[in-house]
Amino acid sequence: MQLQLTEEMQAFREEMRTFFTTQVPQEIRDVVLQGRELSRDQIVQSMQILNAAGLAVPHWPSEWGGRDWTDLQRHLWNEEMQAAGVPAPLMFNAGMIGPVIAHFGTPEQKQEFLPKTANCDIWWSQGFSEPDAGSDLAALRTTAVRDGDDWIVNGQKTWTTLGQYGDWIFTLVRTNPDVKKQAGISMLLIDMRTEGLEVRPIELIDGGHEVNEVWFTDVRVPGANLVGEVDGGWTIAKFLLGNERVGVAPVGATKQALARAKRICADLIAEDPLLRARIVELENELLALELTALRVVAHSAGGEPHPASSVLKLKGTELQQAVTELVVDLAGPAAFALGDDEASDEAWFRRSVPTYLNFRKASIYGGSNEIQRQIISRGILGL
Amino acid sequence: MDFTYDDEQGALREAVRGLVARTYGEYENRRRTVASDPGYDERLWGQLAEMGLLGLPFGEDDGGSGATWVEAAIVLQELGRVLAPEPYLTAVVQAGGLVADVGTAEQRAELLGGLSSGERLLSFAHASRRWSPSASGVTASQDGDTWTLQGRIDAVPQGANADVLIVSAETPAGTGLFVVPGDAVERSGHATYDGGRSARVVLGGVAATPLGDAGADQTSAIAAALDRTIVLGANEALGIIEQQLVDTTAYLKSRKQFGVTLNNFQALTFRAADMYTSVELTHSLVAWATMVAASVAAGERDSEQLSDAAARVAVQLGTAGRHVGQEAIQLHGGIAMTAEYRVGAGTSRLTYLEHLAGDRGHHLNELAAVVADHGALDPLAASVLGSAPVTAEVGS
Ligand SMILES: Cc1cc2nc3c(=O)[nH]c(=O)nc-3n(C[C@H](O)[C@H](O)[C@H](O)COP(=O)(O)OP(=O)(O)OC[C@H]3O[C@@H](n4cnc5c(N)ncnc54)[C@H](O)[C@@H]3O)c2cc1C
Repeated sequence: MQLQLTEEMQAFREEMRTFFTTQVPQEIRDVVLQGRELSRDQIVQSMQILNAAGLAVPHWPSEWGGRDWTDLQRHLWNEEMQAAGVPAPLMFNAGMIGPVIAHFGTPEQKQEFLPKTANCDIWWSQGFSEPDAGSDLAALRTTAVRDGDDWIVNGQKTWTTLGQYGDWIFTLVRTNPDVKKQAGISMLLIDMRTEGLEVRPIELIDGGHEVNEVWFTDVRVPGANLVGEVDGGWTIAKFLLGNERVGVAPVGATKQALARAKRICADLIAEDPLLRARIVELENELLALELTALRVVAHSAGGEPHPASSVLKLKGTELQQAVTELVVDLAGPAAFALGDDEASDEAWFRRSVPTYLNFRKASIYGGSNEIQRQIISRGILGL
Repeated sequence: MDFTYDDEQGALREAVRGLVARTYGEYENRRRTVASDPGYDERLWGQLAEMGLLGLPFGEDDGGSGATWVEAAIVLQELGRVLAPEPYLTAVVQAGGLVADVGTAEQRAELLGGLSSGERLLSFAHASRRWSPSASGVTASQDGDTWTLQGRIDAVPQGANADVLIVSAETPAGTGLFVVPGDAVERSGHATYDGGRSARVVLGGVAATPLGDAGADQTSAIAAALDRTIVLGANEALGIIEQQLVDTTAYLKSRKQFGVTLNNFQALTFRAADMYTSVELTHSLVAWATMVAASVAAGERDSEQLSDAAARVAVQLGTAGRHVGQEAIQLHGGIAMTAEYRVGAGTSRLTYLEHLAGDRGHHLNELAAVVADHGALDPLAASVLGSAPVTAEVGS
């Protein structure tokens, strides 16, 4: 057992901190730290800066830009990135389809997509969920039927996050309706400019436009855009969702949000012992969670997520939500005010309730927290 | 940062696990042992001594084994798993730790040597206001070179059986520590709710030897001993809740109602999943705090880090211990209400551990008083309270 970081790791951490705080523009980082909405350009710009320095996709295979880091190095990279307010590399690219193509793709697909994916030259969307296929993802009904070498896709995806920015969408489609539902699914990569593909906005409870419906009417997809085997999509989906579970709990960002709340509301907190106790509890739980992340990553073998990573998703999102809730209570009636200077504390108060409402999503997506309990009770406890 | 045990530590864990399983693997043996005085198995205590486990955290010059609090924590987890009633926490960690910190070389050799060899049972006799390190209720008076103690301590762990009492008492300098032979005091023992033993000790002008510097204020040493008791006690508690989870999942898989085993009901399996989450988070925090304790003992970090870590563990365990301890009973149904079954005894012991050296509310208050003094917590920095990485923003 060892409490202290080695000198080498301290130096690594320092290197990350210096890079993130000096190379990524302050204007972008302020947006993140203040909890405002990033523009497409800001996300792309930031990811390209990281990619140029080899810091966008460190966990990919080394021939495609990976760094062969230890789990601890990856943790430090992630922590420092969040502490500095650097936007995380686009999850759909860096965390989802990139690793899938690197693992399951053909040499041509790797050549064609991986460099552009790492550099965010392609913005990917995730086309998995459908109106009748949520937690029961394998119930999906969007079909792909052979036409010569091509596939013809019909159906509807939904909840497509930032689909309005998407260049390409990776989809799960039904290629065989006559077998067990998991056994008839394939993965297709689809250019979102193809004729017959339509993106329609969904307004969320915070008033924002973050997700979309994506409709497919006789969309023609070249056979070369199939990933893996025909009807082999479920294995790929499980691989991808396992990674999602690990990536989805941003401990560092939650810590920063809490520290920021303490700073901005210092006077209020100084007067109120109940608020202070609530903050201590949150800090303590975040500490236990971060230590668990450090303890669990150290045991993840061969890229497979440790089953206990469900704890990280479950607790991580609960704490993320609890901090947004605290901020709502700190803001109180101050959230009714105009707050027209977006960088001001007044605007931060005004945004508190939309942010709180928005983050109810965290326990629904990425495998809902009920599904995580299922993974724990079945996969770990054997119940 | 590394949470894994090295080979020696792994071997230690296996050895202790094997040893205590031979005595308490059958829960009935634990029940029988706590039913009569002294409330633990003196043969097992002797075996722990032979294996060098009673002297683990003490220097070899003092008759100890020269290991660290990490190794003592490994022992406590295994004792917790089988609910072993041996007074390791109060005798070795609490009383022994005080002697190691405060005693003269001669006192350490004598008292820790005797403790390590199993020949002397030590206990810390501390009357104070609710977990305060300052003594109140016992006063020490000095007449030339002689000190005498007057007062009463209501609950001394193993007080009726201990060979040596380390007594705290008010002195002109603050709080002093004194060595008193167990048989020199008036004491009446009783069983506590967890099956342990406690005693009321009355000091009617008994002669006492100062532990360490005569007349020095030992308040901070006592505070450190209480903090260590929390951290090491949390390891015992971790062993208990881990076992309660194992017992509960096994029961859900075997108990049938409505024609099926209980694990068919998601209302129950989800609650077991939440127990798992509590256990894992607690495990991480306890392991970290144990490393902090070892690091403070090695002089690598200052003692404030120990009190911070102890407070954090107390807050976590207060919630997780009750969560797991209560759910373990509920998910078993009526069987867990019986004294024959070990799950409820675990919950009883968890309650004792919570209240031995400072509970959740007490420490939440302490942490809340200083919560504005730091930025985000950072377990990878030289102090968890961190260098406050305040990321300055333009315009603020
Ligand atoms: C903001 C947001 C962004 C999203 N972005 C994307 C995206 O980009 N791409 C994409 O493909 N999808 C996306 N999703 C979809 C997301 O993955 C689904 O919402 C999720 O899988 C849950 O499905 P559902 O909403 O249909 O709820 P349902 O599956 O219908 O669940 C309803 C409730 O029942 C619970 N439940 C379901 N099954 C069980 C069970 N077996 N046992 C116990 N409880 C159960 C759920 O936990 C939930 O509480 C997004 C969702 C949101 C909210």
